[in-house]
Order: sequence, then C-alpha cells, then structure tokens
Amino acid sequence: MAENNTTRRSFLKAGLTGAAATIATGAYAEGDPAITEIQPWMQELGEGVDARPYGTPSPFEKHVKRRNVEWLTADPVSSVNFTPLHELDGIITPNGLCFERHHAGIAEVDPAVHRLMINGLVEKELVFTMQDLMRFPRENRVYFLECAANTGMEWRGAQLNGCQFTHGMIHNVMYTGVPLRYILEAAGVKPNGKWILPEGADASGMTRSIPIEKALDDCMVAFKMNGEALRPEQGYPVRLVVPGWEGNMWVKWLRRIEVGDQPWHHREETSKYTDLFKDGRARRFTWEMDAKSVITNPSPQAPITHGKGHTVITGVAWSGRGTIPRVDVTIDGGKNWQKARISGPSFDKSMHRFYFEFDWDGRELLLQSRAHDSTGYVQPTKNELRKVRGENSIYHNNSIQTWYVNEKGVAENVEIS
Amino acid sequence: MSRFLDGRMPYVVCALGFLLAAWLYYWGTGYNEDKFVEIAEQREETQRQLDQRDIKIRDLNLQIREALNAPVPVKLGDPLPETRDYALGRAALQVEVAAWDIDVRPDGKGLPKGRGDVFTGEEVFSENCATCHGDFGEAVDRWPVLAGGHDTLAEEDPVKTIGSYWPYLSTVYDYVYRAMPFGNAQSLSHDDVYAITAYLLYVNDLVEDDFELSHENFGSISLPNEKNFYPDDRATTEYAAFTGEPCMSDCKQSVEITARARVIDVTPEEEGAEKQEVAALDTDQAVSSLVASGERVFRKCRSCHEIGASARNKSGPQLTGILGRKFGSLDNFNYSSAFKQAASEERIWDEASMAAFLAKPKGYLPGTKMGFAGLKKQEDLDAIIAYLKSAGE
Repeated sequence: MAENNTTRRSFLKAGLTGAAATIATGAYAEGDPAITEIQPWMQELGEGVDARPYGTPSPFEKHVKRRNVEWLTADPVSSVNFTPLHELDGIITPNGLCFERHHAGIAEVDPAVHRLMINGLVEKELVFTMQDLMRFPRENRVYFLECAANTGMEWRGAQLNGCQFTHGMIHNVMYTGVPLRYILEAAGVKPNGKWILPEGADASGMTRSIPIEKALDDCMVAFKMNGEALRPEQGYPVRLVVPGWEGNMWVKWLRRIEVGDQPWHHREETSKYTDLFKDGRARRFTWEMDAKSVITNPSPQAPITHGKGHTVITGVAWSGRGTIPRVDVTIDGGKNWQKARISGPSFDKSMHRFYFEFDWDGRELLLQSRAHDSTGYVQPTKNELRKVRGENSIYHNNSIQTWYVNEKGVAENVEIS
Repeated sequence: MSRFLDGRMPYVVCALGFLLAAWLYYWGTGYNEDKFVEIAEQREETQRQLDQRDIKIRDLNLQIREALNAPVPVKLGDPLPETRDYALGRAALQVEVAAWDIDVRPDGKGLPKGRGDVFTGEEVFSENCATCHGDFGEAVDRWPVLAGGHDTLAEEDPVKTIGSYWPYLSTVYDYVYRAMPFGNAQSLSHDDVYAITAYLLYVNDLVEDDFELSHENFGSISLPNEKNFYPDDRATTEYAAFTGEPCMSDCKQSVEITARARVIDVTPEEEGAEKQEVAALDTDQAVSSLVASGERVFRKCRSCHEIGASARNKSGPQLTGILGRKFGSLDNFNYSSAFKQAASEERIWDEASMAAFLAKPKGYLPGTKMGFAGLKKQEDLDAIIAYLKSAGE
C-alpha cells in the first residue's frame, strides 16, 4: 500500500495522530469534547429488541470483512477469500469472517433433502438423514482449519502486504458434531477397508482419500460451528472435520463416504495439493499442517498509530501435530528473541493467541514470531524451508513471516537476511 | 561418722563451696571450644536451610511466572460412550448407490462401459470445454492449462498439465465426469467423457489422431509423470532439522532487508473493494423478485460472462446493456464466425431473440462457441431476461 493513498486506514491514522498531537499541545484545556459534550447516543433512544433479530457488528466495524485477491484465480466461483486476522483477537474466528474456499460456488443445500450415504467395503451400506445424524452421541471440539495453500503466494518473495492475504486462509472454530467412528461402525468397516473417500454435494463433487486410521481417530461429521448451524459457505448442513490436516480434506456439504482398499488419487490429491520440488518430483499425501505463527498486530493493514511508548504485539500460532507450548518473538530481525505470553485455552490442533509487550523507542522494527509445538518442532525460516523444497511447491509454506515497521509505525511485508 | 564430722563441718562446707565456685568459674564463665563449634555449626546449618528456602522460593516464583506464561491445561469433557447399535439410518438401495457412486480409481474400479475417439472428442471438447480451456487445452485467461508443459517441472516456471504432471488417466475421467463442464456438472454422457479423455491424450501427444479410448483399453494407458510422485517424507527429511532449542540472543551480527512487498505492489486496495460493495447494495435495493430470481439463474452464466458497470469480457463477452445491442458488436471480443455473420446482418438482441437463443443456443445460432445447453424452463427464461435488462441499465 503506497503511503500517499487515501485509504480508510490512512484516514484513521491521520485522525488518531491529530488527536494525539492536540492532547499533547494542551488544546483540551476546556476538556475533551468526547466527555464534555453530550453525544447523540447519550440522549436519544436506540433501536428496540425487535429491530435486529439476527445481530450484526457495529457500523464502525464495517471494514472488518473477508476479502479476495482478484488476480489470483480465473473466477470468484472457484476461488478463495481471506480471514481478516489483523482485526481479530482471542482464538475463535467469528462465523461470518471464516475464509471461504470452494470449487463451484456456495451450494445452497436444503437440509430436508440432504442425505449422507456410506458405501463400499462395509457390512451394511447405509443412508442417513440429518435427523439420523443428530441422534448419534455428539462432541464439542475447537480446531483450526488451514488451507494447504495458505502463504502459498510468498514462496518466491514478499508479495502481499497484509496478514489477511499472507496468512488469512485459516479459521478456528468450535465444532459440534458426531465422531465419524460412530457412523463408520454403524455400517461396519470390512477388514480390507483401509481408506475412505468423502464426497461433497456441490457442483464440484469434491473428493479426497483419507486413511481409515485418521477416520477412526479424531474425524468428526459436524453440523454446528461456534454454536450455530454451519454457514452455507462452510458446508451447511454438514461437513467433515479432519483435525490438523489440510483444509481441502474437510469436505463440505458432505453427502457420501465410500470405504475402499486403496486411495482414489482424485484431482485434488494429484493435480492439486501435491508439493512440487525443485527436482521436478512431487510429494503427495502431505496431509498434516506443520507448526506456524504470524504476528497479526502490528502488520501492514494494522500499523502502529499511537507513537512510541508501551506497545502490544499480538499474533496467532497453531500446529496440526499438537499444541503450542511456546512462541518466541523478535523485534530486531532475529538477533535476539524473547518468549511471548500465550493467553487463552491451549487446545490440541487449535489456534493459540500470544502477546508480547514492550516499550517502543520509535526506532525501526523487524518483527518475527516463531512457534514451537508440543512435538518439539520449531517453525523454520523462509530460507530454511526453501533450501529443502525449492520455490514451486505452492502448498505447506509454514515459514517465519517478517514485518518491517518504520519510525512512523507503518508496516510492510519483507524478507530479511 | 556424724561425730567425726561435727567439729569440722564448717571447713568441709567451705572446701566444697570453693570447689563449686571453681567449677562454676571454669565451666560457667570460661571458654569451651567444643560447645562454641557445635552451636556455630547449628547456626550455619539453619542459615543454609534458610538460603535453600530462599532459592526454593525464587525457583517457585519463576515456576509461577512460567505457569502464567504457559498454556492452561484444558479439560475436554467426559469420555464419549462406547459404540453400540444405535439402529440409526436405513439400508442404501442399489439404485441409490449407483446414482452417487461415480468415482473411478487408477486400477479401473468404477470405470463405466463406453468408448469415444479423438475426432469425436475434439467436437465435444470444442462445444463444452474450449471457452475456458482453449481449443487445444492451452487455456483462456487464468483457466487451467490442460496440454503441453513437458519437461518443465524442474524449471523456474513449471507448467502442470495432464500430460506433464497428472499421474493417472483415471483422474481425468473421474474429474471430467464429476465436475465438468464448469457450471453444468454431470451433464456429459460416458461416451462423451471417453471421447474428451481421448482428445486430451491426443493434445498431449500421447496418442495418435485415430485413437479410440474405451473401458477395454483404458488400463493400458499410463501417464508419463506417474513415477515422479512419492509419499510425504517430512518426518525423515525435515523434522529432525526443524527441532531443538533455537538461538535466543546475539544470533546474528547484522540484518538486511532483501525483498519488499511494496516493490511488487499486487495487494488489493481497500477502496476498490468498498466501491464494489456499494454497487452491489444499490442493485440489491432496486431488484424486483423476478430480477432476483433472474440473478440466481445467471449463476449458470457467470463463469464465462460478467454484467454490470465494471463488467469485462471473460471467456464470453460482457453483457452490460446486451438487450438493444447488435449481435457480436464488441470490438475487443473474438466472436465465432456464426456471431460475425449475425453482426454483418445487423441483427439486434431483443427479448424474443434472447429467449430463443438461451432456450437452445446451438439450435438458434449454429456454430456459436458458447458451451451451454440452454434453459429448459420458461420461468427461468423470463427471469434471466428481466435480470439482463435490469443489470444493463
């Protein structure tokens, strides 16, 4: 973002800087008008309880939204948008801000005519209605869902200016659903049933092969997110939850699960979601999401607007292989690191929120965060990862992100030595 | 005995008193080294215990701080019940399984009976696929390239196509039947899908132009890149290198910025996004229910066509103000010869011609490149024409 652009951000920034300057020069001798003058909402009556039967955010928050990158794909119907991570705090992503990725648009499925079929290598091929599914024992679990292509545009260099675009293909939600194990056991998986093929009801008929061990371990068939029905763009009325594994496998609008004795090698596990290496060979079945973190504030879309003094850095960290016991933060480009403070529950395969507070002297900053997961894995640098993988693998870029912050507090996506 | 002591008693008492005083002087007020050492040792021991307690308290304070910094242990709830027969769901009928189980595997499982040759494939492809993928799979705009790219996978800009990258032909069959044409999935016959698959082999130089693909010879075709895929090996190639206590202080001498996003400048601006949203809202407020349902019907069209103030040509021409416009009249769109002919005849789009065209595009204008089968319902035709009119204003 060029500095002279009159974006909402720079207006906001100019306004805040102006206010700060006024306070400093003592122009509030008569008192702060925010206090001494009566604001409309202090005097007039607001809307009644019948005005907003389904509540929406304050109009002052209307800039907080999912956004897409037009040039990224041929068409918005088979495309992706991004979660505004820089506007969020805590660990839960609000339903309306969870990034979307679909391959044939948002299917608007009528739950009354939605069915889930189990077929293939089972004792009994079964059909369930939504009502049937909701009669199995349910559980509640918080999991992150990250697209394997998250940060995929950054392999060759610093490209997009904002953590929404570099890291926003992730959300963290509490799911209510049925352990997939119950449903598979109801059908009776035959001894040679080693793989499942979940399939979506949308016009892309999304399919992925998943080994039976994972299916029987922690996979869920979920119908609620953060307490309410799944949003259409997240697979209403029912989706598969595959904790810690790449988002493409979490088949939405789930209509069928086939059990087989070998993988299907369908389009999304051959042509896509395979990791091309510099030698021209490709890794496949790279399901697990490695430990990763990013500083969300400050970041290019969320500059420091208060000037020097006490400053709060915050961000998120996650791992598909467990919890995040530790996050390190550097403000000098990796010369020195300090442990950040993690706040909020530490769930398995869920986002963790970290904070790092310091007294900013107003000098340039090079900010990075580095996640450690419960297996002892430490998030690698971009160069370490490129050394192993090359620059063409698109998927699974979990490297350390750098933000450069100048003396004015403006942040930029950079790479450093 | 008592008599003997009687007279001398005072002397005896005096002597005993003297001895006692001497004893008291020696033991009570005098210097006893053993005692001193013993007490001093006790004192030292107590001090050591106090020091250890201080260390312990300091250590516990550190642990408290660590605990405050550490993630909170979480109780996830009671264990789930054991599986039992819940008697939920019902048996799937054969006809139901057959309707949904369309998947095809590399070993041929799931492949239906049928056949199609390269020649037929070219026709079917040109009608249904070429608007996005180009006549020879070279692709239009940013739609997927399907052919070429041989020996580019190790280059700086690899071109991943069916011929250069895909490991199995069964994936092509499965995907085309399941999800193509985009926006009209599962509308092709099995023979058509065999023919398209044969054509895709042909444009990738993998078969000759007289080739016919069928369920009988499908298994004999393998794709050249199959051997270059290998299973996830991160556990052995990466995890050891990316584990362990990293450097925390004085880790490097100097730091330089080596790349900046600002130089590339491809981040979307916030202003543009907001303008678009306002335009969408204005339209929403103006629409009647017919126009609204027309907008839903238009979903079938929008993978190839844009409409509205900022509409651009995609693989199909932009449709803003289409009603009242001359056939094939946009300068910057490459029309089929059928449309060029209609343009030379000065034909004008009106409601009647639009309805006839959209009901059966290839029947109304033979030779059009538009790969769309047509709208069967009159109500859809009425709705989309109302939408085309409203969105063109």
